[in-house]
Amino acid sequence: MLITSKGQPKKYRNPISQRINRLSPSGIRRFFDLLASMEEVISLGIGEPDFVTPWHIREAAISSLEKGYTMYTPNSGMPELRQELSRYLKDNYNLAYDPDSELLITVGVSEGLDLAMRAVLDPGDEVIIPDPCYVSYDSCVILAGGTPVMVPTYQENNFEISPADIESRITGRTKVILIGYPANPTGAVLGQAKLTQIAEVARRHQLLVISDEIYAKLVYGIEHTCLASLPEMKERTILLGGFSKAYAMTGWRIGYAAGSKEIIAAMTKIHQYTMLCASIMGQVAAIEALKSGEASTTEMVEEYNRRRLVIVKGLNNIGLPCFEPRGAFYAFPSIKGTGMTSEKFAERLLIEEKVAVVPGSAFGQHGEGYVRCCYATSLADIEEALSRMKRFVAKHQAK
Amino acid sequence: MIKDILKILENDARTTTKQIAAMTGTPSAEVAKLIKQAEKDRIILKYKTVISWDKVGDEQVWALIEVKVTPQKDVGFDSIAERIYRFSQARTVYLVSGTYDLLVVVVDKTEHRVADFVSQKLAPIEGVQGTVTHFLLKRYKEDGETLEGKEEVKRQPVTL
Ligand SMILES: Cc1ncc(COP(=O)(O)O)c(C=O)c1O
Repeated sequence: MLITSKGQPKKYRNPISQRINRLSPSGIRRFFDLLASMEEVISLGIGEPDFVTPWHIREAAISSLEKGYTMYTPNSGMPELRQELSRYLKDNYNLAYDPDSELLITVGVSEGLDLAMRAVLDPGDEVIIPDPCYVSYDSCVILAGGTPVMVPTYQENNFEISPADIESRITGRTKVILIGYPANPTGAVLGQAKLTQIAEVARRHQLLVISDEIYAKLVYGIEHTCLASLPEMKERTILLGGFSKAYAMTGWRIGYAAGSKEIIAAMTKIHQYTMLCASIMGQVAAIEALKSGEASTTEMVEEYNRRRLVIVKGLNNIGLPCFEPRGAFYAFPSIKGTGMTSEKFAERLLIEEKVAVVPGSAFGQHGEGYVRCCYATSLADIEEALSRMKRFVAKHQAK
Repeated sequence: MIKDILKILENDARTTTKQIAAMTGTPSAEVAKLIKQAEKDRIILKYKTVISWDKVGDEQVWALIEVKVTPQKDVGFDSIAERIYRFSQARTVYLVSGTYDLLVVVVDKTEHRVADFVSQKLAPIEGVQGTVTHFLLKRYKEDGETLEGKEEVKRQPVTL
C-alpha cells in the first residue's frame, strides 16, 4: 500500500501527472505565506490597478443583468464585442482583423496564452522567452508539452530582449518566440526598431510570434507599437490583449486573441471544449470599455505616470538603482548593493518595515538581484513605502 | 507642464512643490516659479478645502436661486450679474442657457437670512424679473468627492 507523507493510505498510484510535476512550484511560497499572515502591510506587490472599474463600464454590466443577459454567448465571443474589437485594432494599429474568423474572446490573456500554446505546440517544440518574464509564460509552454528556452535580458539594456540573443538560440525545434512588452515585471518596452529586428528574425526562421500586449495602453511618453502591425507580421503573430490593466477590469476575466484564420480556428476549438465562452457579463462590460473607455484610461495613465516618476526617482535616491521603465506599472530596481538575494531582501523588508515587494527571482533566474515594485497604489503609500525602504537600505547596505 | 501642475493642485491643493516636482519630473525651482506665475495671472484663484460641515454640527443653508433677467440696453447681463456677485452671500454666480438666465448659489446661516437676501437684495435689482429659490436638502457629492464614506474593496496582498 502506498503511504502519503501524512501516513494515510494513498488512493491512487501517482495522483499527479508528470507534466504537472515538471511545473516549478512557486519558489517564493514561504514569502507569500508570511505576507498572508501579516497585517497593515503597504504592498507594492499587487500586479493590478488600484482603481475600480470605471462606473460607466460597471453600469453597463449592471443594466445588462437587469435586462436578462445571463446566457452563453457564441464560443468566439459576442459578435458586437468582436466588431468593436476589430474597429479598435483598426483605429489603433491600422490592423484589419475579420471579426468572424480572426478574433477570439478569451477568459483573460491568461486563457489566451494557454490556448495559443496548446494550439501550436507539439511535444518538444521550443519556445523562446525573455527572462525575467511574467510567471505564466514558461508554465503555459510546459503544460502544452513544449520546452521553454529562456533568453536572459539585462538592466544595462533596459531589459529589452536582444534579437541577436534570440537568433542564437534558434534550433530545428524552435517554433515560437513569445514576448510580452510592455513587460511584467520590468516595465520594459520595445521600440519599433527593435521589434522590426525581431520580426525579421521570425520571418527568416519561419517562426510564429506570440505577443502579449496586455499593457499596450500603459506607456509613458512613447507610442506603443503593435508587433502584428509590422510588415508581413499579421499572419505570423498571435496577438494577445486584454481589458484587465487598461480599464482596471482584472476581476471580469476578459481578453482576446487576434491572428490568422487557421490559428484562431484551432484556438477556438480548444476554447469551445474547455471554456465554452467567456462570461457574458464581462463581455458586455468589455463592449462598453471599447466604446467609451478611452477617457478613463487616459486619466488612469496620467496618474500612473505621476507615481512612476516619484517611485523611480525615489528608488534611485535611496540606493536601489532603477532604470526608467516606460510601460506597465512596475519599477524593477537592483538590490545587489545590499548583498542579499531578492527573496531575502523581500522577506526582511516585509518583517522589518512592513513593505511588500516581489522578489525578482519569482520571474526567472535573471530576475535575481532585483525586486518588483508595483506603483499601482496610492501616492501616499508609495511615499511611505519609499521612506521605509530608505531606512531599510541604509541599515543593510553591504559594508 | 503648467497644465500637469494645475491638475495635481486641483485634485489636492496641499501637494507640496517637492512632490509636484517628483510627480512631473521637473526641478522644484521651476515648479515653484510656474505656480507663482499662475497665482499672479489669476489662473490659480485660490486654494480651498471641501468640508462636510454637517459632521461638526455646523449647519449651513444652501440655496440655488434661478434669476430671470431683462437685459438692458448698454448694460447687458454682465452688469446685473456684477450687482449680484458683489454680495458676499452669493458664493457662485453663473450665466446659463435655458428658462432662466443667472444661477446664484447662496450660502448663509439660516433660511430666514437667505429669504431676506432674495426678497430685499436680489429681487429689487433693476432688470431682475423674477426668482425661484431652491433650498438644498442633501449633498451627495461635492467637487468630485462623495460625502458618504468611501467603500473600499480590498485587493489580494500580492498578485504576480
Ligand atoms: C504580462 C501579463 N500577461 C497576462 C496577464 C494576465 O492577464 P489577464 O487578467 O488578462 O488574464 C498579466 C497579469 O498580471 C500580465 O502581467
